Amino acid sequence: MLKITNLHAGIEGKKILNGINLEIKAGEVHAIMGPNGSGKSTLASVLAGRTNFEVLEGTVEFFGKDLLDMTPEERAREGMFLAFQYPIEIPGVSTTNFIKTAVNEGRKHRGQEPLDAVAFLKMMKERMKLVHIEQSLLSRSLNEGFSGGEKKRNEIFQMTMLEPKLAILDETDSGLDIDALRIVAGGVNAYRNSENGFLVVTHYQRLLDYIVPDYVHVLFNGRIVKSGTKDLALELEEKGYDFIRNEVELAEQL
Amino acid sequence: MMNEAIPFFTEKFREQQNTASALAGFRQKGLDRFSALGLPPVKHEEWKYTRVSALFNRDFDKQLDTGNVTVNDLDNYRLPHTGSATELVFVNGRYSAELSVTRHSDKELAVMPLDKAAVNGYGLIVENNLGHSAQYHPDGINALNTAFSAGGIFIHAKRSIAGDSPVYIYHVTDSRNGFRFSQPRSLVYVDSGASFQLVEYYVTLGKDGSFTNEVIEIAAEKDAVVHYYKIQHEGPEANHVGTTHFRQLGKCLTNAVTITLSGGLIRNNLNMIMESEHGESHMYGLYLLNGKTHVDNHTIVDNVKPHCFSNELYKGIMDEKSTGVFNGKIFVRNDAQKTNAYQSNKNILIGDSSTINTKPQLEIYADDVKCSHGCTIGRLDEDALFYLRARGISEKNAVSLLLHAFAVDILENIKPEPLKMYVDELISERLEFNF
Repeated sequence: MLKITNLHAGIEGKKILNGINLEIKAGEVHAIMGPNGSGKSTLASVLAGRTNFEVLEGTVEFFGKDLLDMTPEERAREGMFLAFQYPIEIPGVSTTNFIKTAVNEGRKHRGQEPLDAVAFLKMMKERMKLVHIEQSLLSRSLNEGFSGGEKKRNEIFQMTMLEPKLAILDETDSGLDIDALRIVAGGVNAYRNSENGFLVVTHYQRLLDYIVPDYVHVLFNGRIVKSGTKDLALELEEKGYDFIRNEVELAEQL
Repeated sequence: MMNEAIPFFTEKFREQQNTASALAGFRQKGLDRFSALGLPPVKHEEWKYTRVSALFNRDFDKQLDTGNVTVNDLDNYRLPHTGSATELVFVNGRYSAELSVTRHSDKELAVMPLDKAAVNGYGLIVENNLGHSAQYHPDGINALNTAFSAGGIFIHAKRSIAGDSPVYIYHVTDSRNGFRFSQPRSLVYVDSGASFQLVEYYVTLGKDGSFTNEVIEIAAEKDAVVHYYKIQHEGPEANHVGTTHFRQLGKCLTNAVTITLSGGLIRNNLNMIMESEHGESHMYGLYLLNGKTHVDNHTIVDNVKPHCFSNELYKGIMDEKSTGVFNGKIFVRNDAQKTNAYQSNKNILIGDSSTINTKPQLEIYADDVKCSHGCTIGRLDEDALFYLRARGISEKNAVSLLLHAFAVDILENIKPEPLKMYVDELISERLEFNF
């Protein structure tokens, strides 16, 4: 579904991604790991279409279409979802209204009728259970005054409502205690099936105990320097990123 | 016209004056003041950004004529209500008893011409309160309204008035047959302990243009609660200068919400005179402007007595070639210790050619007070915009959602639910929110 070829990108003249190649097929969960500043969040932002990032080279295909040519809203309507590392607080917009607008814009894009109030509420109640989110939280302004865990659960809740084909989870585990992590991962696993794919961006192996990946990639200096199975994550956890750093330096010397 | 304004209005005044009225002297003083002051010159500090004299720069021949407005004309513009609201109607600045409908009982509300109130049991109230705003607006515009206040009314909100049944005042200007100049005048007296909702709404019929120069003075007694709403939603040919002047005669609560969605050149003066200890007032304003609309909100909080609390929040969204002006004055007099006065003005500029001039002005003569003011001028938050778009919401709808969100905390201060929903619909319509 997603094919990234030789992607170079940066922000404000600073180059961060230096030739990413990655293909994600339906049903696959890919994890991207890497030290601070390796370009993990930049990759997530570029894929979602954040406007302040500049693509310098390369292509990204999403179901055969040129992803980089699409606006952020088109990407979302085509089935891409970014769970934000830092979800934005928006006072004055209730979560319910916001998600209803988003769901119906997606439906309109697919030529479907908007959901009526009853159908929408039914769907919402069902998905709320997946991430243990309360109605009272959704009546409040979007993310305003939410705890870190509530914000992340709200992201996953939005994912289950929008039913994307590819979900990018940008450090969804950061700032979560172990119970919140389990809930968030539970929501992701409930949504996971053979039709959709995930790109899980994380610092730590911990999340991958709960969301078990098919592939693990290590990002370093804006490139994927090593790929493997979930065992690679365990190896990283054990040895730290220094062993990658050493391998890269060794390779560069040769 | 500008140079001819004084002789023109002097002549009109003579034609219209009723020397038998108890208020003849009051109006004569208004004319004398207008003759002495004339129209505010372009460089007048209080009128720097709002060139009101330009409105007089036209053929004024018929402009003081009374209109011919029918119930049907009015039906197209009625505010939503539960059937319990009293609807008072002014046509071209003169109160129309025929078009007005009183749905309160005599025990709750009394409405009568100012001239009548001046000679019956209300004489003292009229004498003490009518014209009180002039000392805060020593300009020809306020004086001109006084001179032409013959069609004005007195409203007495009595102690037993049902707090959830509002009084609506419709100011209808009939400009279907030429430009019209209206000068409505009202004096409102709110009894001790009364809970009163007052809504002012403006309608211009026709396209020939209008200028409404209004003064409303509201005096509230001890333990009164007054909710006042001013809703401006007229065409670009409708111009307005209005003064809403509150006096807190006893410890009471006075709230004002001013919503401006459209119009030509608009100047809203709002005064809160805190004349009694422990008084409380709230002032909220929202101006959502496009086209060439010019809106100038001038507010004054005068803390005369100690221990008063006032809070003020004005928010503006300016698009296209619109202009916003905010000027918030807070006076704290020598005796007004322990004053708490807060003021905030927040603006979002959307249009590349839109402008905002904002100026807080604090004059504090007491030493033990808490006063704060602040203003912001910005654009929409890019991160918030991206967050909404990343969920599939179009950029246009995302902008609408964020602008609506910006307006919500003013909207929430409209207490009557039907009125709040009505204004919310107008705002949503204006922001073109659709999906």
